[in-house]
Amino acid sequence: MDGSIVSSILFATVVAGTPLIIVALGQLIAEKSGVLNLGAEGMMAMGAIAGFAVTLHSGNPWLGVLAGMAAGAAMSFIFAIVVLTLLGNQVASGLALSILGVGLSAFIGKPYESEILPTVGAIRIPLLADLPVIGAALFNQQALVYFSWLLFAGIVWFLYRSRPGLVLRAVGESPTSAHSIGYHAIRIRYLATIFGGAMAGIGGSFLSVFYTPLWVEGMVAGRGWIAIALVVFATWRPFRVLVGAYLFGGVMVVQLFVQGSDLDISIPSQFLSALPYLATIIVLVIISRDQNTVRLNAPVSLGQPFRPEA
Amino acid sequence: MLRLERRPEASLAMSYASPLIAVLLMLVGGLLLFTFLGKNPIEGFTVFFINPISDLYGLSELLLKATPLMLCAIGLAVGFRANVWNIGAEGQLIVGAVCASAIALYFYGSEGGAHVLVLMVIAGGIGGMLWAAIPALLKTVFNTNEILVSLMLVYVAQLLVSWLVHGPMMDPDGFNFPQSRLFEDSALLPILVEGTRLNIAFMFALGALLVGYVFMFRSFAGFQMQVAGYAKDAARYAGFSAKRMIWIGLMSGGAMAGIAGMSEVAGPMGQITDHVSNNYGFAAIIVAFVARLNPVGIFFASLLMALLYLGGEQAQQYLNLPSSISNVFQGMLLMFLLGSDVFINYRIRWKEALA
Repeated sequence: MDGSIVSSILFATVVAGTPLIIVALGQLIAEKSGVLNLGAEGMMAMGAIAGFAVTLHSGNPWLGVLAGMAAGAAMSFIFAIVVLTLLGNQVASGLALSILGVGLSAFIGKPYESEILPTVGAIRIPLLADLPVIGAALFNQQALVYFSWLLFAGIVWFLYRSRPGLVLRAVGESPTSAHSIGYHAIRIRYLATIFGGAMAGIGGSFLSVFYTPLWVEGMVAGRGWIAIALVVFATWRPFRVLVGAYLFGGVMVVQLFVQGSDLDISIPSQFLSALPYLATIIVLVIISRDQNTVRLNAPVSLGQPFRPEA
Repeated sequence: MLRLERRPEASLAMSYASPLIAVLLMLVGGLLLFTFLGKNPIEGFTVFFINPISDLYGLSELLLKATPLMLCAIGLAVGFRANVWNIGAEGQLIVGAVCASAIALYFYGSEGGAHVLVLMVIAGGIGGMLWAAIPALLKTVFNTNEILVSLMLVYVAQLLVSWLVHGPMMDPDGFNFPQSRLFEDSALLPILVEGTRLNIAFMFALGALLVGYVFMFRSFAGFQMQVAGYAKDAARYAGFSAKRMIWIGLMSGGAMAGIAGMSEVAGPMGQITDHVSNNYGFAAIIVAFVARLNPVGIFFASLLMALLYLGGEQAQQYLNLPSSISNVFQGMLLMFLLGSDVFINYRIRWKEALA
């Protein structure tokens, strides 16, 4: 295999991993506060269509990303009302949000199915982009790729170096204790959930505005669920989310390269397309085989409703 | 200031009323949606909710659409009662349809006979169970989250059927369309009412509801699963096997979804294509919740959900709206239901803000 293939696989891996990083880090924050939102798939779908429609009408991809973010945040706000104020079951409500988001996005997106957006150019970082093999993959990329790294750095700092991050983690471990020493556990959970939704929306808009760039019903294709699995796989640690997202990105990309290459293989394309989903199952098995790892790292109150007994 | 106050005990009345409140809110949501889209809401409602069932044929289509929903929902409800979250019924339905189709195509061109259909039902059920056995096995052996595994397998099942209808199962005389041969009459379910498409799978569904009822309310295993759903620790203390419940929950969901898949390919479709499921596996989750995991409720909730499907088709034809409007209504319904469930355990009280 010559160097240009390696570097284009690397390039595509980084691109494919980026929406997963953004969405999974958003979910990580929500889950650290104790809220399990299984609606990522629906929020991404809404982010994708909102981003696409606004970009198409305004001609500005950044307005599109903002719209995607707003759509994801709005979806997660609905979820937050149901599970935080009305104390609905988080698993069922997340599923409902996924079904609603996928349906609503298909409904809104119907007129946009034949449209195509102009490609948005990459941002080239001088000198670094000229590095062999990794240069283009890391330093001649879409702006949202750089955003995903900033987001990662910001979240690491926030969770482990800032006071509000400490409070957020405390709420996720024990909302009762956090509440009793005067923190608004519910308000913090609202903010964390909406942040998660906003990131899912950005991740969705990345797919429709930068990655494809077009809108097709069902285009999120399980990435929201993979992102949720990624958070478990990463045992709620940001760095492992980053690594895991690129691993998944790699699996998605390699199967595309094999399908697109002239390698003479007799594997049907559908089997290769199934690889990312099978890989998700395999990593989940590996990580959950050792129950203690998951139990020790998962936020204690994850998925549990909390209502201060005032 | 409005406050939620915990009721001394859960309100039985509210647990029946909240699905009705949710339906009402969904209708209000629909009203707003039609108005927002610039359609006359009355016309919209007529097209969506009244026209589909205004004649005998429409009613038969309603029961036809409700059939796979009832089958999937009763199977899922058995597991949901014990907090076994199988959300991959869509994939199990597809694999059931694949296995049943394999039987139908195997006997293609032979004399045929009643055994073909019987084998198809069995193959459908086994196919669904095999697909559901993967999350069950991984959950019981490695404690892997069944939600994510069963969901990932939906995508795998969709790719599997896509490969089959583009390859081994493709109709050799079908001009390369991704679909199988049309099944012979011996592989099609008998029609119940002359002149309609309603077939005896509807009877299977009613039977499944009955069996489900007996299992849930008259069997010890059903009781154990109910206890586990309410109080996991109590169930463990009583020595109920959690693994057995996971298996029962996932197997019942898989078997029923597989038979639902069989009833689609041997019923209205008459062949297998890569669009074998119409989201029935996901819609059935909504049915199960709206029905409070109760077989009688599932009967009515399936009819409602089937009406939403038919309404979506009508809205596409007469109002020029995408048929995915059905999914919007379905999603709203579940969201509203989960929200209004708060009133089962809480009530709203006016309370002076404390200084």
